[in-house]
Amino acid sequence: MPIEILMPALSPTMEEGNLSKWVKKEGDTVSAGDVIAEIETDKATMEVEAVDEGVLGKILIEEGAEGVKVNTPIAVLLEEGEDASAINTAAAAPAAEAAPAAEAAPASPAVVTSPAPAATGDEYVSPCAPIKVEVGQDPEIPAGTEMRSTTVREALRDAMAEEMRRNENVFLMGEEVGEYQGAYKISQGLLDEFGEKRVIDTPITEHGFTGLAVGAAMSGLNPIVEFMTFNFAMQAIDQIINSAAKTLYMSGGQMGAPIVFRGPNGAAARVGAQHSQDYAAWYASIPGMKVIQPYTAADAKGLLKAAIRDPNPVVFLENEILYGQHFDVPVMDDYVLPIGRAKVVREGTDVTLVSWGIGMTYALPAAEELAKQGVSAEVIDLRSIRPLDIDTILASVRKTGRLVTVEEAFPIASVSSEIAFQTQEQAFDFLDAPVLRVTGKDVPMPYAANLEKLALPTAKEVIDAVKAVTYTA
Amino acid sequence: MAGTETKSTGGRSRGASKARGAMKNTPAIAEFSKEEELKAYREMLLIRRFEEKAGQLYGMGVIGGFCHLYIGQEAVVVGMEMSKVQGDQMITSYRDHGHMLACGMDPNGVMAELAGRQGGLSKGKGGSMHMFSKEKEFYGGHGIVGAQVPLGTGLAFTNKYKENGNVALTFFGDGAVNQGQVYEAFNMAKLWNLPVIYVIENNKYGMGTSVERASSTTDLSQRGQSFGIPGVQVDGMDVRAVKAATDYAMEWCREGNGPYILEMITYRYRGHSMSDPAKYRSKDEVQKMKSEHDPIEQVRARLLEKKWASEDELKAIDKEVRGIASAAADFAQSDSEPDASELYTDIIL
Repeated sequence: MPIEILMPALSPTMEEGNLSKWVKKEGDTVSAGDVIAEIETDKATMEVEAVDEGVLGKILIEEGAEGVKVNTPIAVLLEEGEDASAINTAAAAPAAEAAPAAEAAPASPAVVTSPAPAATGDEYVSPCAPIKVEVGQDPEIPAGTEMRSTTVREALRDAMAEEMRRNENVFLMGEEVGEYQGAYKISQGLLDEFGEKRVIDTPITEHGFTGLAVGAAMSGLNPIVEFMTFNFAMQAIDQIINSAAKTLYMSGGQMGAPIVFRGPNGAAARVGAQHSQDYAAWYASIPGMKVIQPYTAADAKGLLKAAIRDPNPVVFLENEILYGQHFDVPVMDDYVLPIGRAKVVREGTDVTLVSWGIGMTYALPAAEELAKQGVSAEVIDLRSIRPLDIDTILASVRKTGRLVTVEEAFPIASVSSEIAFQTQEQAFDFLDAPVLRVTGKDVPMPYAANLEKLALPTAKEVIDAVKAVTYTA
Repeated sequence: MAGTETKSTGGRSRGASKARGAMKNTPAIAEFSKEEELKAYREMLLIRRFEEKAGQLYGMGVIGGFCHLYIGQEAVVVGMEMSKVQGDQMITSYRDHGHMLACGMDPNGVMAELAGRQGGLSKGKGGSMHMFSKEKEFYGGHGIVGAQVPLGTGLAFTNKYKENGNVALTFFGDGAVNQGQVYEAFNMAKLWNLPVIYVIENNKYGMGTSVERASSTTDLSQRGQSFGIPGVQVDGMDVRAVKAATDYAMEWCREGNGPYILEMITYRYRGHSMSDPAKYRSKDEVQKMKSEHDPIEQVRARLLEKKWASEDELKAIDKEVRGIASAAADFAQSDSEPDASELYTDIIL
């Protein structure tokens, strides 16, 4: 059967081209790899190489032809033992079939790419809704359980130590995590207990050691990567996003990266613009990733343990200012919290305050003060940024009719933006006022003490926002 | 062009004499048995025919986007594969089809992935640049130049952590050697003596820029010098030289000496990707490599000379691998596209 040589597409976007030159002529013997013709596209002149062996039986498109559509037969190749008489049938029949098929092609994608979530009834279902992840409930804390006052720092250390005892494939790697005992003393004592095989001091090479850890995760280990601060993780963000978060999808589910990236995130105090940024929104926008930003020591412990056990890449955002704060942590053998579950930490009826991480240090005093003024605020600690527990927020907003978000990050394209968007999308009719946000200001973090204070949110700004949405200002 | 003089001296190239502890007593060329020559011939030919078929399917619009062919470089991955033992891993860049075929991944699955079909190795969701196989210890298929170097170092980290005796073969090109993260990885690999072979496939061009125009020093085998990582240049067009050098480097790694660099001097016949007209090099240069250094022709000539195979027997091998490539192409074209529901799977566990 003679082989048709088709006009090739030579770039992702080429639809037609000019057949500028035939290098071989009818009757020439052609081997695989021989250049047989030259084709001109809008970008360049390209050579067409033969894939099969044989004799160039007939040229169907003459040299100089312009606007030859991709997949048009341009010549016929005769295989060993065939003569020219075979050409007529070949040139006529398959060509006639090929043409309509090629024309029909553009119509077909519509069939295969219809979005999965179909709307039922008259309810609108967003085609760009975030994927749903099954999330469990917080574990019961049995009555009479001892509550121990613990710093966030100790809670994080305890979580890592417990998980390292539980699974020998868990290890900690980062700058100064070993002999120095942690730049912020989070890994204190871990080197003594687990040795240098599992508590690894790295050189100052975020991009390199992050990639190394992701490779280790892909091949069966469970690394915890500590960034001295998430500001330095910008050096490594390609490995976090392109290598860790996308591999499961790109491999069709065959392999992923069970890894935790953790460290202080956001503004410390007086450390200037390059060391003061909150990255929650950056990582939370990536499918394939989980993002946690705890406030209390109990949540830090329970969620870090969950993150280490999670089969996905998890970004765990801590805050330097919170490290030394004390909270009650239940004394339990294995305190693990569900990732993706927000917590109503104060019930109320007039307005919903949603915050997380250090944002809670503005939201909670504001709620306290508002209560004195007769305004009942419901306060939700989001705890996880992705998956986002929008259901808990919506349930509250349906009750209060008003929503104010509180965070330290920049306002534009922030987590607050996303919460406000999803709330108006799903609870528009329940809102009695616009959603307001209290955030860091839209400026690089200044150094001067007074300016730094102005750049960060305050409890007063939260109170003002609540007064605005309750029309009590 | 200096780079085309590939010094078919394998492990005894200039690099070897400078590298600490490198290849002193190793033959530069592995003696191949008849079975090894035939195996190398078949494996290289399979890659060549498969890639030619892929090029053809790209031309027909069956394969979209980017498609980087391995034609010309076959001896590198085939020779290295012949030196691997169970559990040794491979990881490479986006020019990955040859590596997948060499380590035994299903040609139908590879071609279907190139075409974006449900039977593809990544269910059609990875594409030409992104395929993986836990079973064959193949870790991709990475699209960001140089990113696989720290990742491959991490595979070696796992080997050392688990004390499994395996070696991670980490492939990258002459374009990637100037990425900063490569040197971050080199440093840690030597600092912790990780069992990793860095395989620099020097095909002379990082996309359209020659090594000479991109690199301040062009003996890439010596890029590990400041970290204490030995390295040699190897004639990457001679599968026996590749095998000999790899055997040596494997032993070096398995003995706990840490990383080793093999710079494979090779050549890609086709453009960087399908849409590259390759105007940055002369036709003579390409033709010279094809006619004087072709990795497959070298084996073929030896097989005929030693009368280990007849023309007819070699033709039968060609027919067999052509059949595999054609069957893969047929499978890729007849297989259906992934179900729309696949859009939302495999994102998070």
